[in-house]
Amino acid sequence: MSTNWNRKDLLGLRELSAEEINFILETADAFKQVGTREIKKVPALRGKTLINFFVEPSTRTRTSFELAAFRLSADVINISPTGSSLTKGETLKDTARNLEALHADILVLRHSSAGAPQFLAERLKSSVINAGDGAHEHPTQGLLDLYTIREKRGKIDNLHVVIVGDILFSRVARSNIFGLTKLGARVTLVGPSTLVPREFEKLGVTVSHTIDKVLPDADVVNLLRIQHERQRKEYFPGIGEYTTLFGLTKERAKLLKPDCLVMHPGPINRGVEIDSEVADGLQSVILDQVTNGLAVRMAVLYLCGGIAT
Amino acid sequence: MNDKKNKPSVPIMDAEAIRRALRRIAHEIIEQNADLKSVVLAGIPLRGVEIARRLAEFIHDVAKIDIEMGTIDVAMHRDDVGTRTELPLVHASKLPLPLEHRSVIIVDDVFFTGRTARAAMDAISSFGRPARIQLAALVDRGHRELPIRADYVGKNLPTATREQIQVRLQDIDNEPDGVWLFKE
Repeated sequence: MSTNWNRKDLLGLRELSAEEINFILETADAFKQVGTREIKKVPALRGKTLINFFVEPSTRTRTSFELAAFRLSADVINISPTGSSLTKGETLKDTARNLEALHADILVLRHSSAGAPQFLAERLKSSVINAGDGAHEHPTQGLLDLYTIREKRGKIDNLHVVIVGDILFSRVARSNIFGLTKLGARVTLVGPSTLVPREFEKLGVTVSHTIDKVLPDADVVNLLRIQHERQRKEYFPGIGEYTTLFGLTKERAKLLKPDCLVMHPGPINRGVEIDSEVADGLQSVILDQVTNGLAVRMAVLYLCGGIAT
Repeated sequence: MNDKKNKPSVPIMDAEAIRRALRRIAHEIIEQNADLKSVVLAGIPLRGVEIARRLAEFIHDVAKIDIEMGTIDVAMHRDDVGTRTELPLVHASKLPLPLEHRSVIIVDDVFFTGRTARAAMDAISSFGRPARIQLAALVDRGHRELPIRADYVGKNLPTATREQIQVRLQDIDNEPDGVWLFKE
């Protein structure tokens, strides 16, 4: 029995079919189980080398990829922006070609520019995994969100998923929108009109600026972090006003159905987009997302990096 | 898997022969394991899982005991990383824990090079340290590449390396039970 997977790269969820997404999620089921074993390591990628190339800072995604690679027995090298020659004027392509000359089999790239992973994927024989590119996509985050919804609710089809916050600058939102709509979920985006413009309706989702109207019908609420580092004054009113209008406070959480899931890609800003009582409450699956991220990344690394190159 | 449709084939076992072989293996398992409660029948997907299920039924008929069942994924433990051109499908492994003091019997349809059995043993040891690991197969076709032998064999079948064995089981393949030998 072999797989029908034939992609060397994972650049985004937009180009994947529903079958391919489901196949990754099923493969992740098998890898999630490895985490429950006494020895949490399998030789599936033994002898392969993975380079974590994070041009933008990240702790949790990088750590998750690193741990996923360890559990598959691959060797891992981490390259951070300050330690790389990019700061010495080397182009992205030259840096990447040097990494490939070191026989790196898999390159996990985070970059501030949308399209950087695709640029490299087209030029390198190595597998390229997008770990977040600008405001474009963050496919493994999208996949782990899908995995968590599917695990907790048993399905994705016909669920109403509400994504709240800074959609305009969010690659997490985009990957979620592509993945959720392909798998048949109904998606509503909520936030201030500056951060959730009507143009998003072209992607087959609903846009709302009034959170209280949307919450009672939600099966899943995914709260995005307010990305202070990407905000500019003209888009964003102020933290206090944002919390009042869009924050999932403990009072507002009473509007939710009892089985509605509360999700957040992290890191959470307690008291801003979500109250501590809600983040730590019974409906929260925020830490499940972290655990599932590991399984999903193992599946992606196995599928993209497992074939002889 | 190759398309075997137009190749000459020789029937080796029919449904009745498979049934008899599995019933005999079930008796041997009962004889050789004084404490059946400590035994785990762990099938290798897909057909090994079905064969394990049938063995458990025979054991239940004879010994009136519900034997513990498991599944072992070998895809994650294969030793052909870096040379394979097709990616094997991975499944979740499932074994009753803890494995200490248990006897795990690996169940597969065809016993060939021994590489699958080695990968299965590797997978089992990542769950713990069973008292004993045994191996049961419906067909042993020879050509071992590793120093491994089977404890229970339904049929010993001398083959040439280039011949192929095909096992069909009703519940998996939606075809009548049978084993065929395909010449090159």
